[in-house]
Amino acid sequence: MIAITQRHVHDAAVPPLAGDPPAADPPSPPPSKDDFQEELVIRPLHSGDIYASFQFRTVWDADFMGDQKVSHYRLFPKSLGQVITKFSVRELHISFTQGYWRTMQWGQPYLPSPPGAELWVWFQDTVTDVDGTWKELTNVLSGIFCASLNFIDSTNTVQPSASFKPLGIGNVTDHSFLRYATLPREIVCTENLTPWKKLLPCGSKAGLSVLLKSEKLFHSTFHSQAVHVRPVCQDPQCRTTSMELRQTLNVVFDLHTSGQGKREWSLFKMFSRTLTEACPLASSSKVYVDVTDNPQGEQFELSPATPLLTQAVVLGDRRTYSVYDLTQQASFGSSRSLNMLLRWKNSHNNVVPPVMLRPLLHSERYVAGYGLQAGEIHTLIYNHHPYRAFPVLLLSAVPWYLRLYIHTLTVSSKGKDNRPSYIHYQPSKDRERPHLLEMLLQLPPNSVTEVTVEFERALLKWTEYTPDPNHGFYVGSSVISALVPSVVAMDTNSTLDRPLFSSFFPCKEEASYFMRVYTEPLLVNLPTPDFSMPYNVICLTCTVVAVGYGSLYNLLTRTFQVDEPSPGLAKRIANVIRRFRGVPLL
Amino acid sequence: MATAEVERKRGQLAALSIAVVVVLVGVPLWWRTTETYRAWLPVNQINELAELQLQLSVDVEVVFSRGTLMPEQQKKVPFTRTQEEAQKVDDDTTLRYRYESKYRTANIMEEDALKQPTAAEADLSLHTLSASPCGSVVVYVIPETSVLLPQGVDVYIGHRRTAVLRMGAPMSVGKNHKQLLAHLEPRITQVVQVMSFSHTDITAALSDRVRLSPGSKESLADSMRSFKSSPGYEITFSLLNPDPKSHRLDWDIEGAVHSYIQPLLTKLAPLANFSIDSQILYYAMLGVNPRFDSSLEAYTLNADSLAHVINPVEARLGSNAASSNPVLNFLLYVPDAHHSPLYIHDHQKQPVASNAFHSPRWGGIMVYNVNDLYGRGETPLPVNININMEKVMGVFLAQLRLMLGVQSSPAPPGFLVEPCGGAGLADWELDRLMWSRTVENVATATTTITSLAQLLDQIGNIVINDNIASQVSSTVTSLQLAVAELEAGNLGFALQYSKEAILASERAFFDPSLLHLLYFPDDQKFAIYIPLFLPMCVPILLSLIKIASEARQRRKLKQSKKD
Repeated sequence: MIAITQRHVHDAAVPPLAGDPPAADPPSPPPSKDDFQEELVIRPLHSGDIYASFQFRTVWDADFMGDQKVSHYRLFPKSLGQVITKFSVRELHISFTQGYWRTMQWGQPYLPSPPGAELWVWFQDTVTDVDGTWKELTNVLSGIFCASLNFIDSTNTVQPSASFKPLGIGNVTDHSFLRYATLPREIVCTENLTPWKKLLPCGSKAGLSVLLKSEKLFHSTFHSQAVHVRPVCQDPQCRTTSMELRQTLNVVFDLHTSGQGKREWSLFKMFSRTLTEACPLASSSKVYVDVTDNPQGEQFELSPATPLLTQAVVLGDRRTYSVYDLTQQASFGSSRSLNMLLRWKNSHNNVVPPVMLRPLLHSERYVAGYGLQAGEIHTLIYNHHPYRAFPVLLLSAVPWYLRLYIHTLTVSSKGKDNRPSYIHYQPSKDRERPHLLEMLLQLPPNSVTEVTVEFERALLKWTEYTPDPNHGFYVGSSVISALVPSVVAMDTNSTLDRPLFSSFFPCKEEASYFMRVYTEPLLVNLPTPDFSMPYNVICLTCTVVAVGYGSLYNLLTRTFQVDEPSPGLAKRIANVIRRFRGVPLL
Repeated sequence: MATAEVERKRGQLAALSIAVVVVLVGVPLWWRTTETYRAWLPVNQINELAELQLQLSVDVEVVFSRGTLMPEQQKKVPFTRTQEEAQKVDDDTTLRYRYESKYRTANIMEEDALKQPTAAEADLSLHTLSASPCGSVVVYVIPETSVLLPQGVDVYIGHRRTAVLRMGAPMSVGKNHKQLLAHLEPRITQVVQVMSFSHTDITAALSDRVRLSPGSKESLADSMRSFKSSPGYEITFSLLNPDPKSHRLDWDIEGAVHSYIQPLLTKLAPLANFSIDSQILYYAMLGVNPRFDSSLEAYTLNADSLAHVINPVEARLGSNAASSNPVLNFLLYVPDAHHSPLYIHDHQKQPVASNAFHSPRWGGIMVYNVNDLYGRGETPLPVNININMEKVMGVFLAQLRLMLGVQSSPAPPGFLVEPCGGAGLADWELDRLMWSRTVENVATATTTITSLAQLLDQIGNIVINDNIASQVSSTVTSLQLAVAELEAGNLGFALQYSKEAILASERAFFDPSLLHLLYFPDDQKFAIYIPLFLPMCVPILLSLIKIASEARQRRKLKQSKKD
């Protein structure tokens, strides 16, 4: 099938081109700039686990919103760019998560995500048929990420009115261009990681991405990978916009399964690889290790030591990080490879490390009630701040087969009724759309706010059950978005060169920072029939019909005659004996 | 006794009437409720289309310039003349070619144009005089003594739809106008076959429909090189940089596409929609390790190993998720410093001048060596390298022409074909492509629609929606229109209708609703039906048998009484 391009063909085509110099054409605009950065943050957790967070950021000064089609790609992945262009996407956020982030043990993640798959998209206001575009987009993304995103349909899509504001620039308020969906059941595995890695300019060949080996990444307690596309400002004055693609991957390695119970971590132990070079395409390539709790090295020992320390304000706290700059040859030392070693002291005697600062906001959710008819969803939101109250937005999308009784909605804090200042409720329609409940709540200081609502379980049609209906049905996580009061002054200067992990959520004021918390997904049992039932019903009905019909038929067609009543049993036995004895019969 | 007899009669009547009700009401009801919905399809018209009779008509205008006709010949030459040729391709495909020639003498302006010093200028000025419609051919006959054509050249074909033909020597032509036409006609046919279509082109275009006897390996490869006709194509240029550490590559793809590829695609716009994009792939390797040839001090890739190059690269290329049109890939591979220079060798172990190869219906790969741009080792890595796009695009353009089926088949002896200009494509080349694409579309659409009709006919359980029925009908209508336009010689409309036909036929064929096969296995059907039907039918059947046997007995009794 391979043919060598023949020489005569080549010759035939080239001379006229040479006579038609490209200089005669108007000069093409200079190629748009693009920039790639990579970053890994390692945070030792107090439980002895370790949290690693990768961020890869590509910023491209291309105008996706304009009329001109973007078609020449350099660092930005073509497959994603084509999707953004074709479906007129303004912002796209997609995450795949395996496991649940334990806020009380681990603190806040740099980038929160709910278990399963989550997708939210802001479309440009030129899109006329948003629902149709959304449907097509989910199908295409499902192909790109090898995920079941094609199961997103109108029954699990909502349009939040307040919770998901655009994270990029653009003051869009018309939430009819926003779609949000979660698939809490989605299992994340290698087949999702491979296409995600393909979007990176260096693939898995160089730089931090060599660490992304699936056999280690999925042998962990928590794994979350995400893609965020949004328009950002190019310069402080924000005259022009660029497209930003952030690929993030967060993983928590467990002390006992991955660490064999030893409080000692190294890059090799975590990823079974070490770092040897930065991605040559990256303008910055850094590894940060959180050493805030370890200013003098009393908790753990970090080797090789790095003289570089940096401070960043992240999640309302000022943290100190040791920095390894991979673009500098010195970081790799004489062995030409960087294998960071983090050894906790006192690992053998059971000295409990200092208690972590309690996260200011966290939440729990569960289903209460018994039986298969009614139930109650409880959502508990904790405000651990000792003296500040702050507002939160609670969003929950509940599938239609749990019929919420909205009149039973109660919100209480510290035993008192807490009236939400804003409620947006969209009732469900059977087999068409889910319930959407959004509330703005004020959380009193140091309190637990409990939101309860009762529901009734619906009976599904027999084809609507999932393949293993007795496992139960998932209800996606509730989302709590909040502006949490900050302990230290937040950095509002967005132009400053900050580490990637602290610059995702835009920060507008110094006194508070934005945070999102996802609750647990719920697993609810629905009344499940025996699936051989349809056949049994058919058989039973047919038999009843047949019996009724048979007797009717007999009544109509048979002729009836009076018959001599037959002799009784005693008489018959007597006759037998009589015949035997030769005596005349009775 | 009489009452018993009346009672028996009543029972028989009841049984009979129940049987009648079951047959008249029950059976049709059951039939209707379990029937699958099947919309009406124009089966007869589809069957007619299965026997394809295509007639291709070309308008040929033959213009005699001064000095080619004697006055008495001029009077006798007819105004029009039609030539027909019928070819039977296989049992249900016949082709007829119809050349409608119009003869006239040149007017003064055309005479002036033909007096230009060179043929190319004459071609241009003739074009400005009159633009001939798409699909037609104009042949200017010039006297033997004219200096317009160089020595030894009898026919000149320019960029447009005109050709200049040199009249043979007056001796051989003869005096009679019939002899004159007999002399000219085969040569004009030859010109028309070069400029519009030849029988081999058309049969190649029918390959979807007609299984041709495999000819030579060469011709098979030729016929399989170009892409199938499609309403749109995606052209992707990829720059493969296996080692971004040693060189940083820069290519002005936007400018190159604008000045080299876009003119050709603008010209081809009536044929299909094209979209172009480009990407740079880093750490993309070839699938084979090139061998080092110490005599050349270079790495070589043999023609045999080229087949293994594409697969590993293709995994990185990515498909266009946003469209389903076929993708033409053009890859520019810049080998890293340790593996360069890299040369491609053909089967005779000779280096290929273009250092490129193509894979039929997939795209092309070119190797671009940059080792001479590294300098003498003192420049720090990575080296910034600008790629000479003129060199690259020359090769890619040639490959693109091949992939799109713009054939540059060698001209017959005595023909001078002007090389294609800035647009990369002459008008008559476009016509040629349009002829074969129209025939190909018609052939593909008929095959699709006949096989769909066959399939639907064979599997009775498939539901046929109204939507599919309307798609099928619109396919049939467009096909009929396309065939009619081909017969009338309106190439542009024929292509348009054939495109519509192919789109509608594909939509009908790949409609997801056809997958909803209402299929229940027979054993399940029995399991469902038996509990109802068995208890209902057995009494009816038994009583019918009883009635029949009683009637027979009565007849026997009557007969014996008669006897």
